[in-house]
Amino acid sequence: MANELLFFMEVLVGGLLAGTMYSLVALGFVLIFKASATFNFSQGAMVFFSVLAFCGFMQDFNIPFVLAFILAAFLMVVVGLCTERLVLRPLMNASEDTVLMATIGLGYVLEGLAQAAWGVEVRRLDLGIGDFPVPWIADNLKLFISALDITAGLVAAIMIIGLFLLFKYTKIGLGLRAVADDAGAASSIGIPLKHIMLLVWSAAGVVALVAGCMWGARAGVQFALVDLALKALPVLIIGGFSSIPGAIIGGLIIGAVEKILEVYIGPFFGGAIEGWAPYVLAIFFLLYRPEGLFGEKIIRRV
Amino acid sequence: MKPIFMTYTKKDLINLAVCMVLSVLIIPTFIKTEYWYTSILIPWLCLALATIGQQIVMGYTGQLALGAAGFMAAGAFAMFNLILRVPDLGFVGSLIVSGLIAAAFGILFGLPSLKVRGIYLMVATLASQFFIIWMIDKFGWFKNYDSSGIITAQDIVILGKPFTTPLAMYFVCLAVTTILTLLAMNMARGSTGRNWMAVRDMDIAAESMGVSLLRTKVQAFAISAFYCGVAGALFAFCYLKSLEPVAFDIKLSFKILFMCILGGLGTINGAFIGAAFILLFPVLLNAIGNNVFHGAIDATIISSIEQVIFGLLMIIFMIYEPLGMAKLWENLKQSMRSKLSSSGIKGVKSPVLKK
Repeated sequence: MANELLFFMEVLVGGLLAGTMYSLVALGFVLIFKASATFNFSQGAMVFFSVLAFCGFMQDFNIPFVLAFILAAFLMVVVGLCTERLVLRPLMNASEDTVLMATIGLGYVLEGLAQAAWGVEVRRLDLGIGDFPVPWIADNLKLFISALDITAGLVAAIMIIGLFLLFKYTKIGLGLRAVADDAGAASSIGIPLKHIMLLVWSAAGVVALVAGCMWGARAGVQFALVDLALKALPVLIIGGFSSIPGAIIGGLIIGAVEKILEVYIGPFFGGAIEGWAPYVLAIFFLLYRPEGLFGEKIIRRV
Repeated sequence: MKPIFMTYTKKDLINLAVCMVLSVLIIPTFIKTEYWYTSILIPWLCLALATIGQQIVMGYTGQLALGAAGFMAAGAFAMFNLILRVPDLGFVGSLIVSGLIAAAFGILFGLPSLKVRGIYLMVATLASQFFIIWMIDKFGWFKNYDSSGIITAQDIVILGKPFTTPLAMYFVCLAVTTILTLLAMNMARGSTGRNWMAVRDMDIAAESMGVSLLRTKVQAFAISAFYCGVAGALFAFCYLKSLEPVAFDIKLSFKILFMCILGGLGTINGAFIGAAFILLFPVLLNAIGNNVFHGAIDATIISSIEQVIFGLLMIIFMIYEPLGMAKLWENLKQSMRSKLSSSGIKGVKSPVLKK
């Protein structure tokens, strides 16, 4: 009995920590959605693009780790700048769906560019953190938890606290919230819309890079990362598109439920239900709480 | 213009006649190479049909759906099982029933559209994509317990006659596509289509004017999935000639989405234009790579470039012409017409003042 409980705990904790990885990707979506009410479908492609560039800098040009990270982050700022100039500004007054489709196009561009520049082979990314159980926890608590998972959890926690403080207590954060509420009104009282957009897209790019590093260290840097990033969508639905804590809670819920279902119910259906379970879970959430756990209530008028 | 036959104008009938002459008489007489049928015309017709399905739900009803390939897979595997297990049904009967099976999935996964829209709905429809592929993959019954993963599709036999040559298969696809396209046009022009468009333009307003949202949306999803299902069955039996769930992955769904958007949302001819473009452009790019650069450019680079160009086109169209290539074509015709009328007739001055 105790063993079963221990096993359940292990599955649960593993799922929760894996969920933080989804949260990291979802965070990028939330940042952009919060500031511009734009749904950035290319976030997954940004994850792939940034981490592939990071690997490319390190492995092809032998640039040291820290410098390569800074270069990749800088590259993401450039991507943000180009996106703002070339995609978002001309679409300033377009409908939500139009912008969404444009970001699907942007995702294609980024995926294609990344593969053209750095090749299509799977690259290994070594962060110096092993993807194996931490001995100390394994010995004392009898739980097998990967060091990489714990790092991802910590990184996610730090980023969330940072972003939360930024949004809540700084002038920039106030500007961001104002723009999200009503871009037209915000710009008419002198909030520099263009700078805000640039800032947000750059921040989302850096978040994508961090998420990409975590995913890349686990699964290898490859095209499948884009599909993995799609799983951030159900996370957002559960958490709400405009809530940073929501992204985290949503990620935890998806991670935990997915693992528990896979371990306890999966065997009856031949396994691999991880592929669709999060989406079906998201549908059930949509039916009861379309705005997500922490999202703002959607009011539509004729 | 005045309708001369049912609700069709003279222009419609001329268009139909031209298309029919072109596809039934001219193409078979002039194109003899098999490559054109097996690699271009057949997939073009199949994918155009699936794109019409996507158009119905996205272009006409305004619901952002991303699961066309899932419904195509449902149709394809339903077809395989129907021919295998219910041989009495015949090819045409199986095609219709497999379309209906896909439609049932469409209704099931279209239900969330009653509560949500936009990106939320996109996620809900992604569930259908992943679920259907997983279901086919995991339950051996659907694949007749074939362990190799790739099943050969049965030969097409209609009324005792085999349709196995590329030309014959082309005619099968052509017949099905023509009938379904005409039906789609009819629906889009009739009250069904009016309801779809009312829901697309403002669903709350449509509802308060007496359009049933439940009926309209579920109907659109069912019909869309029917088209995708039939297209998927044709795609597997005439083009791939094999059945494997991997062929219907999310990439195909995105491809169909691109065909729909680049072709022109809310138009039937846009589906054909978009499908032709997405299908032919990689062929063209490969030809350029092989003939101009003589294979100096790696094939993976070419496919990456292709992806970049599709993405860029998507962005450019969204910025400058959100209604896609069909609208460009319309504009071109318009400008040609006005040029002809202003220069062609002597003595009649154009009413537009010119300096």
